This record gives sequence, structure tokens and C-alpha cells, in this order.
Amino acid sequence: MSDTATAEDIRKHVRVYMIVFGSLAVLTVVTVAVAYLDLPIWPALILALLIATVKGGLVAGYFMHLVSEKKVIYWILGVTAAFLFFMFLLFISAHSDQEGFALVA
Amino acid sequence: MANGAKESTAHEAAHLHEETSSSLEHHDDHHGHHAEQGFWRKYIFSTDHKVIGLQYGLTALFFLFFGFCLVMLMRWQLAYPGEALPIIGNLFGDERMPGGVMLPEFYNQLGAMHGTIMVFLGIVPLAVGAFGNYIVPLQIGAPDMAFPKLNMASYHCYFWGGVIMLASFFVPAGAAKAGWTSYAPLSVIESMGQTMWLIGMIFLITSSLLGAVNFLTTIIQLRAPGMSFFRMPFFVWAQFVTSFLLLLAFPPLEAAGVLQLMDRLLDTSFFMPSGLVVSGEVLDVSGGGSPILWQHLFWFLAHPEVYVLILPAMGIVAEILANNTRKPLWGYRLLVYATLFLGFMSFVVWAHHMFITGMGTSISAFFQLTTMIISIPSVIILSAFFITLWGGSIRFTTPMLFALGFLPMFGIGGLTGLPLGLAPTDIPLHDTYYVIGHFHYVVAPGTIMALFAGIYYWYPKATGRKLNDMLGKVHFWGTLIFMNGIFFPMFIQGMAGVSRRLYDGGAIYDFAEPVIHYNQFMSISAWLLALAQIPFIINFFLSIKKGKETPDNAWDATTLEWSAAPSPPIAHGNFATIPHVYRGPYEYSVPGAEVDFTPQDEPEAAESTSPVTAETEV
Amino acid sequence: MGDYSPPPSHTPILSTPIPTMEIPFTVAARPDTGVYNAKLGVWLFLASEVMLFGGLFSAYVFLRIGAPEWPGMIDGEMVTRAHNILNVPLATLNTMVLIASSVTMVMAWASLKLNNFGKYKLYMGLTILAAFGFLIIKAIEYGSKFSHHLYPSESTFLAIYFTLTGLHALHVIGGIVVNSYFWGPGSKMWKTNPAQFTNRIEIAGLYWHFVDLVWIFLFPTIYLL
Repeated sequence: MSDTATAEDIRKHVRVYMIVFGSLAVLTVVTVAVAYLDLPIWPALILALLIATVKGGLVAGYFMHLVSEKKVIYWILGVTAAFLFFMFLLFISAHSDQEGFALVA
Repeated sequence: MANGAKESTAHEAAHLHEETSSSLEHHDDHHGHHAEQGFWRKYIFSTDHKVIGLQYGLTALFFLFFGFCLVMLMRWQLAYPGEALPIIGNLFGDERMPGGVMLPEFYNQLGAMHGTIMVFLGIVPLAVGAFGNYIVPLQIGAPDMAFPKLNMASYHCYFWGGVIMLASFFVPAGAAKAGWTSYAPLSVIESMGQTMWLIGMIFLITSSLLGAVNFLTTIIQLRAPGMSFFRMPFFVWAQFVTSFLLLLAFPPLEAAGVLQLMDRLLDTSFFMPSGLVVSGEVLDVSGGGSPILWQHLFWFLAHPEVYVLILPAMGIVAEILANNTRKPLWGYRLLVYATLFLGFMSFVVWAHHMFITGMGTSISAFFQLTTMIISIPSVIILSAFFITLWGGSIRFTTPMLFALGFLPMFGIGGLTGLPLGLAPTDIPLHDTYYVIGHFHYVVAPGTIMALFAGIYYWYPKATGRKLNDMLGKVHFWGTLIFMNGIFFPMFIQGMAGVSRRLYDGGAIYDFAEPVIHYNQFMSISAWLLALAQIPFIINFFLSIKKGKETPDNAWDATTLEWSAAPSPPIAHGNFATIPHVYRGPYEYSVPGAEVDFTPQDEPEAAESTSPVTAETEV
Repeated sequence: MGDYSPPPSHTPILSTPIPTMEIPFTVAARPDTGVYNAKLGVWLFLASEVMLFGGLFSAYVFLRIGAPEWPGMIDGEMVTRAHNILNVPLATLNTMVLIASSVTMVMAWASLKLNNFGKYKLYMGLTILAAFGFLIIKAIEYGSKFSHHLYPSESTFLAIYFTLTGLHALHVIGGIVVNSYFWGPGSKMWKTNPAQFTNRIEIAGLYWHFVDLVWIFLFPTIYLL
């Protein structure tokens, strides 16, 4: 990174890191607390993934500096995310769309 | 920066092995003496992309030859089931060929390993590891790959993965027998050779992943000044997309390989269904696994893998067609977009290999649709190649013969894939010889012929000498004719219902009777194909010292590897000075120009009058 | 963006000649892409790792939706919730440990940007210690499973649990190796080429944060759902 960040910029970043750390700690507690609510599977899944995505987004965005990254990196990650999404979607669809068979693995 | 220590331009035999050096040993003196390199540093642990490319190339050619030998053995059994193979048959011992007669278990080993070796140890390392490594940095004007040490590590991963695969023949009960596809549950209960297959695959996948990271970074970061994306030769685009496929499609197979290893070694049940009975007894595993899961994970890679097999070949053909028609490639932009689209689509078609697994009609329709759509960019690419020939001043050089031969052969291969992509026609054809005919047409008279074309084309780059033309023509005609002799009858047999992977070639089935005689014809074609390779092998080694010397730009080509680097290129840095690029890659026969080619790095008021105008950064 | 002048292939810093390769953009960023080579390389590598863990996760999903119950029969008993068989408090602690190690890792890099080598050593050392802590807690978890004869072969739930957490743990070990190298012998580069060394720590950090990221998704999906 040929960045010309000054010492002041870095100190600003450090403040952000600490805020993110705090948020991650809180969200971790929330994750576990939500689990003990014993929600039915679909709301539980969506909520858990949502919280995980927020946490992951914080790590990726601020610790990994993705919020200020370059286009070429965004492109690579975008393409990867697309293929990951298709992999999940199609695996699940392929499994669910079996007709006339008992859905035992 | 200027690279002072130019290699002597004398075309010595030693040029096949580049003198190389570790740049880390240089301090301020980058261009004076290169530190004296021992044999190991120079030839075995080199970090120079050209040496590594040659390492990949020679190793891969050995594996292609070995894999071919495996199938020549198989073809004896198919042509003359149950008969002893004279002389050679006695070399294999009683566990494989007692009395010279092939056991079914050995036949299965040969089949599984033929496929594995040809795809993963032969074609990909040659197409990507060898051609990609050697040519891509040169064509983009870079001194080397972005990560030379990683490059070396990739080669060694490949090499040792290959050793493991070969070693698997010698363990009790021999090598993997469950096909190159290693389907569960058979692969889980098979003998030790299957474990070695899995471990070997993990090495090979790692090699490809490291290579892909290197290729992508190199192409994005190390293009010379003026080399925008849309001035890159199509060969580089092809390698670019190929590397993306390797990067993103291989990891799920690596994951699956780990899972299958755990099934085999730790008795887990990722792929083992409940209640499986083996040899009359219920298997003592937890069950609850899914054999279909293996298929999904395997084909998620293996479908993009087939585009890994074809794209570099298309890249090679593109270079040779432009050069030997003395006109620009037709539809360069269209080709690039088609290739990008092809790469993307290749990730969402895989289950057309699984139409007979009982999938539902909706998901089946989805995969049929995407499979039909993906044929469009392939057709566009092939059509653009054909149109490129129109109005060209065709030079029938040996590389051009192979490139021309590729075109109709890939056409047949591609067209015969269409019935396989539609479920109603796939269901009777699945697992028959029709499938084998289809994919061999694309890979053998398709890709392999393109790779031969590349060898004839770039041999002068690496050695400063051409391969002999007469031997080349004999090689070409023999290869073309006998490849068709092997693979065309497979369509006929497949449509008659003859299954693949049958140890007797279908002889046991009455319905195969009308088409069984083709087996002998195909086997004889295979052995004659082997004979046709002899002129090539002789040519390859003899021409190192005896080949006709060529100028640095042996083919009057426009791309940087020819116009800006000597033959062979300078050992440390490739170019005397980093080239500047002023125009697109195929400025042949520019109206008003004195000669019929204008290299990319040729300076002067570079107002190209060709339709491909100077592009800025994409 | 179009033509540019290539920067000198070695960029002297602090007037010290640098024994770098002639490969451009090893330290300075390429102007039109805005990144240096290793940064692009590591993101590409992480993309492949996303697909690796993604493949395992999709295997998990596939097996789970095909299972009549989940976690299902383990050791003769029907287990209905993962937290009945897995140690959630210990895993929660591990989550915090790993997140903390991510913070110390990024602080290590920030210290180098602020030219404070001593602080770098401190933070990197803490990162490595935290990573060991993670592994120790994991070992306790695994040990307790094994002592109850709960092996991967026992059920598909346990199989995918051990595989996902095991592969993750292997990545933690890899991170420890890399980070230890940069804490120890590799840190010599700070004296000769501080810019490139800082970049290397940034790269190592990206890998380490990714390891944390995987766990952030792994923890709820395996332990809590």
C-alpha cells in the first residue's frame, strides 16, 4: 500500500479499531443470547446469519480495510461471492427438488 | 530497467535450459554478473518463469506419454478381450496380468489413472503450467511472474503430486480403480490406491491454486506500459479466465477430497448412505451421508475444469491463426467478451453430468438451460476463428496445420456435446461410449492438437531453432487421421448402447454385437497413433541441436514475445529494456505499412488505421 | 488512466539499497490498480479460501437438510440441539479470543505505520499468544469429545463439526507459523526495507482476519443453530 497516511490518520484508524472491537464483543454476546431464545429454525437461521454478516462485515470492512480498498479487489470478491451464492443455491435446490423420493440423504 | 547482462545470442543447445539466477542474490548490481548458480538452483529449484515453464512442459509431456501408454494397454483388452498380450503382457506380473491376460481390476486401474493423469498431470500442466508460464510474462512485457518463488513451489507441488500418483500403482491392490471421478461409495471402500489418489489430488490442486494466484496477479499488475487489457493478446485473456476458473472452482473439490479421505481413513459418513451392504454385510458406519454430495462437489470443479482444458488451446490457436493468415484476429472484442461470459457460465452448468441421479424436473430444466446458453460463446469463438481465415494469406506452416485441424475437430466435439446437455437425450447416452467420444474429440484432436501447434510455434522462441517441417507434417497427418480413427466409432458404439468402463468393451452384451467389431479398428488406430508420435519425439530432441536456426522473430509476429525479446529470451528479465506498447496485438497487413506486420512495441506515430484502435486502461 | 511511466524497479528507501527483485510493484502500488502485488495476491488467495470453506459449508447444509433430525442420533441418544452436545461457553470464549487476536494483529500493523517497532513486537506477540490460547481451548473441547468416545465416525453431525473446526484450526496453526516468523527471524527486514516489511505484516494480517472471519460464521452455524 503506497499510502501516504499520516500518523494522525493511523491514530484515527486505531480509534475505529477499538470501536469495532467493542461492537464485535457485544454482537458475540447477542449471538449467543439469541440462540437461547430457541426460535424456530427459519427465524433463528436468518437472525444468526444476519448478526454474523454484520460482524463479518465489520472485520472485513475495518480490520481488512475493505471500506477503502481498490476496485480490482472489489471485483475479485464480487465474482467470488456470486459463485459462492450459486453454489449454495444450486446445491440446496438440487436437493429439495427431488420428486418421488424419500428425502433421506 | 536496462538489463545489461544479455545472454549470448548464439543458439546453443544449452539454451533449452535457461541460465537463471535468484534476484535476491543481487544487491545494487542487478545487471552485472549473475551469481554463479549450481545445477540444483539453475535447473531444479529455478525461479525463472521460463525454466519453470520448460520443467512443466517436459514433465507434462512425459505424463501425456505415460497416460497414452496406459490406454494402449487397455485397447488390447478391448480389441481382444481375454487374450494374452504377447511379450509386453508378461511384464506386469500375476496380480495384474497373469499369463499376459489383463485382470478386470487392472483394467479399472488403467482406466482411472489414464483419465486422471491425462487431465491433471498432462493437459493442464502443459497448457497452463508450461505455455502459460513461459509465454504470458513475455506477451505482456513483464520480466517474470509476480511471485517467482511461489511459481517454483507450484511446480514442485505438481511434481510430487505426480510422483504420488505414479507410486500408487505399486501399493497392494494397485492404483485407484473408481474412475477419474472417484464416485462414492465405491471410492470409499476401495483399496489403498484410492487414498493415494486423494492425497495426490490435494497436491495437484494446491499447485494449481498457487499458480492461479500468480497468473492473475501477473496479468493484472505486470503489464508493460501501454499494454492495456484490450491490447493483450487473446492467449493472455484465455489464460486469465482459465486462472480464475482454477482459483475458484478447485477449492470445493479440495474440500471434497478431504471429506472423502476422512470417509476412508476415519470412517466418517460424508458420502456413505445408511444401510449400505458390501459383500453381503451391512457396512459399520454411521451412515446419513450422501453419494450425491460427492458428485455435486466433484462436478462443481470438473465442469469448469473442461474449460480450463480448452481455453488455453483456443488462445494458442488464436495466436497462430492471426500470424499465419497475416491479418488481425476477427472479432477480438467479441472473443474477449465471449470468453469472459463462458468462464462465468461454466460455474452454473455442472449438474448436466448428473441428469440420471434422480434430480427433479425444475432443477434439471435449469441446468439444461444454462448448458444450452453456454454453447453460445463457444460457437462465437469457433466462428470468429473460422471467419479469421476469410481473405487471409494463409501460410501452411506446421503450427498452422495443427491450428487448422483444431477447428473442425473442436466443432465435432462441441456439437456432439449438445445431446448430452439435454436431459432426454442424455439419459440414454450417459455413461456410454458416446460420452467418451464427445470429450475425447474436444480434448484430443482438439486441445492436444492445439498444444502441438503451440509447441511447433514457440519452440523457436525457447531454442532459437525451428522444428523440422517434414517430420512435423508427418506428425500432423498421422495424428489427425488416427485420432479420428479412434474416437469417431465411439459415437456409433455409444448410440448402440455400449457402456463405458466395461472391461471387455461390451462383448458380453448381445445388443453390442453389431458394433463390437469397431473395437479392433479403434485399437489399431490407437497403436498407429503412437507410431505417428515418433517423428515428433525425434524432432523435439534432435532439433535442439540440429534444428534450422531462426531469427529472434521467427514467424514475423506482432506480439511482444517475438518482437521485443531475443530467442531465447534473456535469462533474468526477458527483455533488454522493458517494452512500451503502442498498438493492439494483431496489426498484420496494416494498409500503407511497408511490411505485413507491425509489432506491438514498434515506436513511431502509431496511428493505427486498423479498426482496433488504441485502448486506454479498462 | 492510460500510459504511465514505470517506477524505478527498485525504490530506495532511506537511501539504503534494497535487494529486491526487478519485479515492479513489489512495494509501491501500481498506479492504475492502486495495489501492490502481494496485496492482490493475498486477496486472490483469500477468494480461493472462501470457496474452500464455502464448499465445506455447502456440504454441511446439504447433509443437514437431508437429515431427518439434526444433530440426530449420537451414541445411542437422540440429540435435538447442537448446544446439548457441543460446549457453547467454551466456544464463545474462543470467539472472543480470536476477535481479540484480530485487534492485536491490526494494531501490530498500525504500530509499524507509526514507526513503533517495539509496539509491533508487543502486539504481534499478543496475537500469537491469543492464537495459542484458541488452540488450547480447542484441544480441551476435542479432548472432552474423545474421552466420551465421540469421534467423527459417530455421526455426520460430529463429522462435519470436527472437519470444519479442524480445518479452521489448521489455518490457525498456519497463521501462528507465519506470524511467528514475522515476529522472529522475519522481522530483520524492518531494518533494511521497512516499507516492504510493513506490507508483509498487512498481508499476514489480511490472512489472520480471514481466519477470524471464518470462525465468526462457523460458530453460530455449527454450535448454535
